[in-house]
Amino acid sequence: MSEALFRPLTAGNRLQHSWSDGRATASVAADFVKPTRGLGSVERLEIYARSYWFRVLDCLYDDYPGVRAILGNGRFMKLATAFLAQYPSASFTLRNLGSRLPQFILDQPALSAPRTPLVHDMARFEWAQVVAFDGPALPLLTQDDILDAGAKLRVALQPYLTVMESAYPVDEFALALKQRDAALRTEASNTLTAMPSSRAAARPRLPRPARIFVAVHRQDNLLFFKRLEPEAYAILTALRDGRTLTAACATALRGADPSVDWAGRVQEWFQAWQSLGWFCRRSKRGRS
Amino acid sequence: MPANPFNNQTDYGIGIGLRVPHYRHILEKKPVVDWFEIISENFMVDAGRPLEVLDKILEQYRVVQHGVSMYFGSADKPDREHLKRLKTLTRRTNTPWLSDHLCWGSVDGRYTHDLLPMPYTHAVAKHTAAKIREVRDFVEVPICVENVSSYAEFHQSEMTEWEFLSEVVEMADCGILLDVNNIYVSSKNHGFDPYDYLNNVPHHRVGQIHIAGHTKYKKYILDTHDHPVLDPVWKMYDHAIKLCGHTATLLEWDDRIPSFDEVHHEALKATQFLGESSSAPKAEPVAA
Repeated sequence: MSEALFRPLTAGNRLQHSWSDGRATASVAADFVKPTRGLGSVERLEIYARSYWFRVLDCLYDDYPGVRAILGNGRFMKLATAFLAQYPSASFTLRNLGSRLPQFILDQPALSAPRTPLVHDMARFEWAQVVAFDGPALPLLTQDDILDAGAKLRVALQPYLTVMESAYPVDEFALALKQRDAALRTEASNTLTAMPSSRAAARPRLPRPARIFVAVHRQDNLLFFKRLEPEAYAILTALRDGRTLTAACATALRGADPSVDWAGRVQEWFQAWQSLGWFCRRSKRGRS
Repeated sequence: MPANPFNNQTDYGIGIGLRVPHYRHILEKKPVVDWFEIISENFMVDAGRPLEVLDKILEQYRVVQHGVSMYFGSADKPDREHLKRLKTLTRRTNTPWLSDHLCWGSVDGRYTHDLLPMPYTHAVAKHTAAKIREVRDFVEVPICVENVSSYAEFHQSEMTEWEFLSEVVEMADCGILLDVNNIYVSSKNHGFDPYDYLNNVPHHRVGQIHIAGHTKYKKYILDTHDHPVLDPVWKMYDHAIKLCGHTATLLEWDDRIPSFDEVHHEALKATQFLGESSSAPKAEPVAA
């Protein structure tokens, strides 16, 4: 039965005519599913197959509104179907369903061409929002931790925080979409009756290339995006990669404009990041 | 006095499902509700808004956990990480019992996120009962298994669904979450008398009842949870209460969710049947 569910439906939302081993689907279905007076074995299986595909597609539809807006509903559904055929859910929760979509977009560029770079950045940005929504939070770094370690301090970034570089202002595009749509996230339902419908509304203009650095995080359990200066992004990524505070700053500011008061600016950044709760203790076993 | 050994919480009357569209209303208006049922998986997260909301709800209300992904009928062993998360949540909610479905839904680590019917064989019943015991022993909370609505039956089955349910719960020594709407839906899809089902399950094991709405299609009925409860289901509920005694009852409304007041009003219609019942069952198991 699972084979019938995990194989993509036909364009008419029916089971494929042939089973994976080449036998007729009708024949295989009749071997294990009882027909009724009104429904044949295949039709009974199709109820489940449609329910499966509508459910998982609906989940990606909700989690990746930006990717959907860039590609349009038709191409988005093709991308999502191809993705789910290769990566069916491997978790008890649908929350994790789309975790591999950004990498899949890179692996299968034809599905998003010619906008693959934009679609990929948007997918990374949207997955970062899923992580920020309910990702784990570790104990905050305290004043004592900082004083004890001094210049050798190695801090970790909260697991729910993503800092990313994008070739497009995906944050602005996401906000424009959010203004258009009521919500980015809805609760998954177990009772879907139809494919996600195309919701007709004007799409915001697609972003033009412009390199940005952005943090996706939460505060008071609400999602936020925060633009970062390039040097700030470099410090945060160095910290994330396990560099000491001193080494992270040195790396990030190498070649920076000497006329800028970097000491003052770095101090402001750290105060802001600390107040946002982005820093936590680095686990002895791993990065965070 | 409890109505039965698996329903020793007879002061739990009529509850409703905790759903995202109602969060604000519940937290701000604090309506009088006997208890809320939560979908466990929605709160088996590390942190963030879901747990913040849950904690606020727990300050005011009693909560019972209902799961959708334990898949007692799947061949896979219960996932330890899943069980740990579930147990952690039970400690947080102090749920008096835990329910999940008599179904399968995962195979070889791939998840369908659906509640799939099982072949009703003695071997499958034995396997399923063992898994229920394993989960109960791990989480240390009484378990009620829920009959699912279904759209397919298997040639392989050796008994009726109610015989299968009875065999499983006897072997697992667990309770039943009796979904009378699911019985109705399945009876129409498979052509059996729903009262045969109601009359022939072990009533002393029924710890909770679900009611819900469904949708009629040309050739089958779908368990959509997007309507008020239909009259035939209320009639079955009335009969179930007479058989089982006063039993905690929950209205499921998961799609096209109306206002909180409308959902609550629909749920409270059960009062007319519960109100007439004492803790002890009255009816003889005869067809209505």
